[in-house]
Amino acid sequence: MSALLDVADLHLAFGGVKAVDGLSFQVHEAEIVSVIGPNGAGKTSAFNCITGFYRATSGAITIAGTDVTRLRPSAVAARGVSRTFQNVRLFGDLPVLDNVRAGTHLWLRQNVFDALLHTPRYRRTEQVATDEAHRWLDFVGLRADRTGPARALPYGEQRRVEIARALARHPKLLLLDEPAAGLNHNEKLELLELIRRIRDLGIAIVLIEHDMGLVMEVSQRVVVLNFGREIADGSPEAVRRDPAVIEAYLGSDDEPAAETGDHEPATATGDGERPTETRDGERVAETGDGEPSGEIDREAGADA
Amino acid sequence: MTQIIWNGLFVGSFYALVALGYSMVYGIMKLLNFAHGDLYMLGAFIGFALLTSFSGFTATLSLVALLVVLLLSMVGTGLAGVAIERIAYRPLRSAPRLSLLITAVGASFALEYGMRIIAGPNPQVYPVRLGGSSVHVLGARIGVAQLVLIGVAIALMVTLNAMVMRSRQGRAMRAIALDPVAARLMGVDVNRVIAMAFFIGSALAGAAGVMAGSYYGSINFLMGFIIGLKAFTAAVIGGIGSFKGAMLGGVVLGLLESFGTHFLGGQWRDVFAFAFLILFLTVRPTGLLGERVTERV
Amino acid sequence: MTTTKTVQPPKPPAGGGGLGNAAKTVLRSRWIGPVGLFLGAIAPILIATPYAMNVMTSALIFVMLAVGLNIVVGQCGLLDLGYAAFFAVGAYTSGILATRLHWPLLATIPAVIVVTVLAGIVVGGPTLRLRSDYLAIVTLGFGEIIRVTANNLSITGGPEGIYGIPSLSVAGVDLSNSVVFYYVVLVIVAAAVLGANRLIRSRLGRAWRFIREDEDAAEAMGVHTYRVKMAAYIAGAVWGGLAGVLFGAQLSAISPASFTFLQSALVLMAVVLGGMGSTPGVVIGALFVTMLPEALRGLSDYRYFAFGALLIIVMVLRPQGLWPARTREPARTARRSATFDGEVRIR
Ligand SMILES: Nc1ncnc2c1ncn2[C@@H]1O[C@H](COP(=O)(O)OP(=O)(O)OP(=O)(O)O)[C@@H](O)[C@H]1O
Ligand SMILES: [Mg+2]
Repeated sequence: MSALLDVADLHLAFGGVKAVDGLSFQVHEAEIVSVIGPNGAGKTSAFNCITGFYRATSGAITIAGTDVTRLRPSAVAARGVSRTFQNVRLFGDLPVLDNVRAGTHLWLRQNVFDALLHTPRYRRTEQVATDEAHRWLDFVGLRADRTGPARALPYGEQRRVEIARALARHPKLLLLDEPAAGLNHNEKLELLELIRRIRDLGIAIVLIEHDMGLVMEVSQRVVVLNFGREIADGSPEAVRRDPAVIEAYLGSDDEPAAETGDHEPATATGDGERPTETRDGERVAETGDGEPSGEIDREAGADA
Repeated sequence: MTQIIWNGLFVGSFYALVALGYSMVYGIMKLLNFAHGDLYMLGAFIGFALLTSFSGFTATLSLVALLVVLLLSMVGTGLAGVAIERIAYRPLRSAPRLSLLITAVGASFALEYGMRIIAGPNPQVYPVRLGGSSVHVLGARIGVAQLVLIGVAIALMVTLNAMVMRSRQGRAMRAIALDPVAARLMGVDVNRVIAMAFFIGSALAGAAGVMAGSYYGSINFLMGFIIGLKAFTAAVIGGIGSFKGAMLGGVVLGLLESFGTHFLGGQWRDVFAFAFLILFLTVRPTGLLGERVTERV
Repeated sequence: MTTTKTVQPPKPPAGGGGLGNAAKTVLRSRWIGPVGLFLGAIAPILIATPYAMNVMTSALIFVMLAVGLNIVVGQCGLLDLGYAAFFAVGAYTSGILATRLHWPLLATIPAVIVVTVLAGIVVGGPTLRLRSDYLAIVTLGFGEIIRVTANNLSITGGPEGIYGIPSLSVAGVDLSNSVVFYYVVLVIVAAAVLGANRLIRSRLGRAWRFIREDEDAAEAMGVHTYRVKMAAYIAGAVWGGLAGVLFGAQLSAISPASFTFLQSALVLMAVVLGGMGSTPGVVIGALFVTMLPEALRGLSDYRYFAFGALLIIVMVLRPQGLWPARTREPARTARRSATFDGEVRIR
């Protein structure tokens, strides 16, 4: 069977920094693949290349047989790819329902004339979008109010909304960038179960995650990056024993390998990381639990 | 031909002076300070007020007196720039960009019509008029006053460039431009550096205002509007955020306009400049000296 | 999976006391449109001096401008500082066709739409790809280009402009009587407000707001941000152009002096003061901006200064404007359908 996602020899450089340096991996239908690696290894950059936000310096990205290497993000999304962002990026001032309706944008058949004349099709499609939003919010188990602005939700709920939004797109492939970051133990367990339910819908998942417990539990395959280079690709067990991987993690202060395999949270970096920025660090969304603002600095500083 | 080039260089040096401040503020805060052109206007009016009140002392205004007035006006506009930043921009630093842009428009409006309340709607005639002798070089008539003004402009720009490249403050400015958060973590006092940038940028615009007033002889409360646009155009042509770019852009724009005026007629000068801006943004949005950067996602 | 427990929403921002809350209730209700139209319809009964009719007609045209700009600025988050340019393009296109080629004013409307759309594409095309700041200043430049061009060309009548523009007439019936004309404008502007509001509440309108809130996230969800921004920009252009037609018909003469940056800034002021994004707020903002100077005639020197200061104050202290757009979705659009089954499907 040909792969759903095929990343072939991907390179990405920012000036002198080689953020991604020869990454190749494949993802098949309904498969869960994790991408791990120390901070700054190039995981998010790889996601950004796949989804069209960064233009790869070289290499090819294919989705279900079509080359998407040079497409803009919306065109990649149109090929059946959805994603979440490392720093939750909801439409903060808009109602939660509207946030999820965004997922329907690509397939909701409604044009300007329907809107201006309020045709039956307008009413029908609007109802479809609303139902769809509720459906996915139910699916991710959002307990909070859905008519209020998204930024009023607690952080964990915002993560759920972001996943619901991505699912409302009806993707074939879902990319999750550190979905467990900043979640508490229970929330992580719920996330684990949610990821499995998503896979059971037939959606392939690529997961970037620092929480080794979660990664080992849920993935069929694990790809390991270090300094942009791929150092391992295999089953969770094989990767865990891979000397190169152990070396990479021990060699880095960020990620104590000892915690690998421990289901309890979280590594030094994964835990408590509640980025509160929305974009470019301009707007700071309150996440409701009074996180010290040092978190923001840490986050942005780490990216630098 | 040489005349056209000379005229272009002369006007271009004004653009460059104003564009520098524009570009500096943009580089550091990513803010288009729409009020920047109005600081040029403010400078011209402060200079006007000073000259009018001094004219009692010095019947024949020496060049030294003029320089003193220039410096005082620069300090005045510099402080005004700092005040604007403090009142209108700082409270919004973490707000959506649109709010900041709108406040900038508000600041520009307030300056223009505030000046109209103070000085009236009609143009004021500058108490000094630099005119006088000129020399001929390669067929171009070059005014001595023009030479002096260009000299002053170049001196100011060189000083600024040296400051930004060498001094601690300058390094801090560049650090903030690159990454404000990291700069703050490294102990840079972001507020002070931004205030500093506003002071310098506004002072340069103010200097250009005084120089323009004393050269062209007439000033009015809306004189900053077009120059603000031109300065932005110059900054974009050079590559916004880049110092050398702003200077280069100013000169390039001056030359372009000079040739445009020659071939199309003066009434089309502004249309020509802005049409060029739109064209330029299509072809090379990062400007002559700007680099392409991938914005973080 | 049919019902979910809802958490109590955070309390809404403090209103301005009982009267403020009452006003808010009306403004938020679905009856605000009909109520507004009704008030507009009875206004001439209360006061019908030619001067008053003139002011009110101008105010309505200004409402149309503000509602158009609201699409661009309030919904899509793009700062257009040269909006008067589209107003001018509309007024001049129809004025030229009506006076030089003797087209009836109504017949010029399709031409106006075509020309404003083209103008929107020319300006938006290169700039909408760039950071939004560039758009702000390029539109500012564009405003100047249009004004200066109108000032210099002979077909536009130079600085004197165009005069003798016929008023609106339908099937040979002249509608130039000031009261009749007011009602015609009222109907057109009401339709324009309704149309804009319907666009805002559609799939396209949502996409505009997604872009305003987070362009990258919108793009990731499949919104072709460039095209969608272009749609907003063009919609704004068309609204502005059509308002220009009304403007020419009202005054029967137009000149470059009517299309300065000041005009653009005033429209922006209306949008910002009213509460960007909220249609009723923007309509009220527009009425405020046009009526206030009438009330403060004597203070004309101070009013633009006051407007500038007000822009800063509003942005610093109350960025959501005087009548903010609601962030809470009304129950009527949030309802599940009767046949809702809760089952998820991937298509
Ligand atoms: N837009 C950009 N411009 C310049 N450098 C960038 C950009 N985006 C990422 N980088 C650099 O590329 C490298 C990889 O960053 P990336 O965000 O992909 O790491 P990551 O594996 O996701 O790390 P983390 O676990 O901290 O999220 C880093 O050195 C980062 O600074
Ligand atoms: Mg990352």
